[in-house]
Amino acid sequence: MGVRVGVVVFPGSNCEQDTTWGLRLAGAEPVELWHESADLGGVAAVVLPGGFAYGDYLRAGVIARFSPVMRAVAAFAAEGGLVLGICNGFQVLAEAGLVPGALLRNRGLRFVCREVAIAPERLDTPFTRLVGEDRPLRMPVAHGEGCYYADAETLDALERDGQILFRYVRPDGTPAGETDDPANPNGSLRAIAGVMNAAGNVAGLMPHPERAAEAILGSADGLPILRSLVAAAGERTGAGGAARVSAGATA
Amino acid sequence: MSTPDAGPAASFRFAVNVTPKEGILDPQGRAVEQSLPHLGVTGVGHVRVGRRVEMTVEAPDEATARAIVDRLAGELLANALIEQYIVEALGGASSTATRAGT
Repeated sequence: MGVRVGVVVFPGSNCEQDTTWGLRLAGAEPVELWHESADLGGVAAVVLPGGFAYGDYLRAGVIARFSPVMRAVAAFAAEGGLVLGICNGFQVLAEAGLVPGALLRNRGLRFVCREVAIAPERLDTPFTRLVGEDRPLRMPVAHGEGCYYADAETLDALERDGQILFRYVRPDGTPAGETDDPANPNGSLRAIAGVMNAAGNVAGLMPHPERAAEAILGSADGLPILRSLVAAAGERTGAGGAARVSAGATA
Repeated sequence: MSTPDAGPAASFRFAVNVTPKEGILDPQGRAVEQSLPHLGVTGVGHVRVGRRVEMTVEAPDEATARAIVDRLAGELLANALIEQYIVEALGGASSTATRAGT
């Protein structure tokens, strides 16, 4: 019996099946959570998948932020629950203020859909603990609004506090530049591809680990990220079944 | 169509104009700027592309209506990290009238 991991489905989500598949490869028992549900059903972790929630109207992620399921996700996160947002899921987390910063229109104005390389800044987080080594991970991006932005003061604080999870890197592993560098697909400030909240239990990234979860997809570099989440969630479940029940009750 | 029963509520029309904050990269604005030479236009710069959201608010008075719009603008229509907004009153809108003028 695997660890139960919730995959939130908004109207317009389109990566929930890939994410479900990836989580299953990572040893989890995925559970789809509909956006109108205010109950997470006692899952051990939550993934917000990619797509175009609510059509990305107004700003990517902002309408989804106010859905019933996101109130439950925010309560779950506040109690230390593990939450991972991928692509549009990252945009939802940023709009909800659950991770710092904002995702702006790509600097080049174009939707970018191709493989990139990212490198973890830390290997001791619930999202990277099984990545094993600090090496470039190849996986696709597919987004129009992925240019990470925060003001300079916030960026300095994120670097100081170890909240930067992934950066876009060149093939040799060095961080990409902000402008005119093909290794940075969207012009993200300081080449940031993924960040965490201060508590380290909520993370978002623009690239798609679930689209690089097995060799037949061209890369299996994303699988260790999903496996890290599942392993960390499994430990939480083993340690705190009662806590999960109370998290469901408050939703 | 008849008006609602004798309640004190009136309708007020507002627009919220949202633009990128100063210093925030605005690639759309830059793309517009770069197109200007093709129109033979010079001397136009600092183009910022935003969005405008118009709405009708039912409330007892304009101040109450404006407070509702301010809340919507701050929480939903604009992201304070990257955007600024200006609320613009478009005048009262009765249940029958459309906005005066052309």
